[in-house]
Amino acid sequence: MTLKIHNVTAKISSAISLVDIEVEVEAGSVTVVIGPNGAGKTSLLRAICSDLPFSEGVITLNDKVISQWDAQSKATLLAILPQRSSLEFPFTVEEVVTMGRIPHSTSNSQNRDIVNKALALVDCNHLIARSFINLSGGEKQRVQLARVAAQVWDAVDAGDRCLILDEPTASLDLAHQEMVVRMFEFFAAQGVAILVVLHDLNLAAKCASQILVLKDGRSAALGKPETVLTEEMLKDVFSISAKVISNPVNGKPMVVT
Amino acid sequence: MERINHRSVIFFLLCVLPLIVLVYLSVGPSWIPPWRIFSLLGDTVNVDSTVIREATIVSAIRLPRVLMAAFVGACLACCGAAMQGLFRNPLADPSLIGVSSGASAGASFMIVFGAAWLDSSQVLGLSMVSVGAVAGAVVAVFLVYKLATDSYGTSVITMLLSGVAISAVASALNSMFSYFADSEMLRRINVWEMGNLDGASWERVALIAVVAGVLLWRLPRHALALNAFLLGESEARYLGINVDWVKKELVLLTALAVGISVVISGNIAFVGLVVPHILRGFIGPDHRYLLPSCALAGAMLLIVADMIARTIIAPAELPAGILTSLVGAPVFFYLLVKSKSLNNPERL
Repeated sequence: MTLKIHNVTAKISSAISLVDIEVEVEAGSVTVVIGPNGAGKTSLLRAICSDLPFSEGVITLNDKVISQWDAQSKATLLAILPQRSSLEFPFTVEEVVTMGRIPHSTSNSQNRDIVNKALALVDCNHLIARSFINLSGGEKQRVQLARVAAQVWDAVDAGDRCLILDEPTASLDLAHQEMVVRMFEFFAAQGVAILVVLHDLNLAAKCASQILVLKDGRSAALGKPETVLTEEMLKDVFSISAKVISNPVNGKPMVVT
Repeated sequence: MERINHRSVIFFLLCVLPLIVLVYLSVGPSWIPPWRIFSLLGDTVNVDSTVIREATIVSAIRLPRVLMAAFVGACLACCGAAMQGLFRNPLADPSLIGVSSGASAGASFMIVFGAAWLDSSQVLGLSMVSVGAVAGAVVAVFLVYKLATDSYGTSVITMLLSGVAISAVASALNSMFSYFADSEMLRRINVWEMGNLDGASWERVALIAVVAGVLLWRLPRHALALNAFLLGESEARYLGINVDWVKKELVLLTALAVGISVVISGNIAFVGLVVPHILRGFIGPDHRYLLPSCALAGAMLLIVADMIARTIIAPAELPAGILTSLVGAPVFFYLLVKSKSLNNPERL
């Protein structure tokens, strides 16, 4: 199992905790975490990234307890994209994406090649020489996506690769949201395990192998999109009365409000 | 701004620096033509009194002073670049986290309370004040560090605010020490707080040269880590960088280098702020190239500042620190206004 979160309990603040979270992310699969604001989605990712200490439970990466990984070899196969990035220095897009290669000892020409391919994947080749701070919000997000893509671009000996993304589509237009879905498919096809927080339920239904629903720090549902995305769940967790119909394009469940 | 290739910039600085040193050695109350400097330095058998006088001026007065300016400038500029990287704020500076104030408080303490030993010998006096300054710098840094660090890591904002508080405490201590000091000590504290290079001696050159050597040996090893820091502290950790260890080493290195610089030449402001800022505009923020160019340009800036400071009102001298502030502050304001006009409040 690439990433296994077993029985994790962690205190987020005095008011809210993650309680007994259990989820396994298989190689080549996409696990989407959904839930209302403040449900603990980002905190779960922070617990995986060792940014949030947890009191109980265990998280393993490639069957090895995550805290026992050597930081550098972990970084060769686990890439994490936080919700917000605050880069305020005038790096070029190329320099930002090349930083994804810091944990690797590949040659400069190999890195340049990977950076170009990663930029092509997120439709940003034309930005390569631009200064990062002058980009629009959506462009910045795509460049950061390219950076984590470059970080886990090639298979490594240390184990299966894993991508963790916190709301990667937040400031993207529709076409580029589709692009992110294709990016997931591209990596999943290579056996990369993907854990991603999304807000758009229909986008989640489209790309998820399994969906984890969080509410108040607890797991409210876990399973295939078809079994998780129900009208009862939407009412319970999101407090909305919505219809779930079958998406005429891909046959997945579709939430209509 | 269009970037210039970092190789050209470093090459340019490497070419110009020796020329500026040569001009510095020539200029002063008595003009010694540059083409005669080399023969003066190499010549030991000549007995002509003019030649002996000029050789003494160059080797005993101007040469140690220009070297001191070069090393202090290099240290300050590199520390500035490192701290701006660490704090992810292009306007940060070692004095912001209280290192300079801590160092000057430690040094004033030694001047006032260690006065009895200070008069006995130059080397002992220098090392006592150095110990005081470095201790002050380290105390300041550790205090800031303790205040700002918890199990989640270090909060950059808390660290900067703690730096402001520490500076206030240190400057209060400084004033208190000045109150107890007699007029001779007061003059010493005062002169040295303004920051100048007139106390050049070979002992001081040796001290700051060692510190600059350590700094220029260790800092570039963390260049990639500093680049990753600019993405964010968590992002640097996700890229496999041992953030806590790198942070500790950077903090200690800056405390050492800024502390000793303060002892050697007092508070010379704005070198650590302006040099990295200007160079970033030319070659970009990549620390692999920024750090070596900062060392060269920082050295150059302080040499030129001191050259002007000691000739502009000759035979009297201005403290070089006043000059760097006079030049640096408007540049700093310009940068502030410019980054505001980019309509990007986050950058501040």
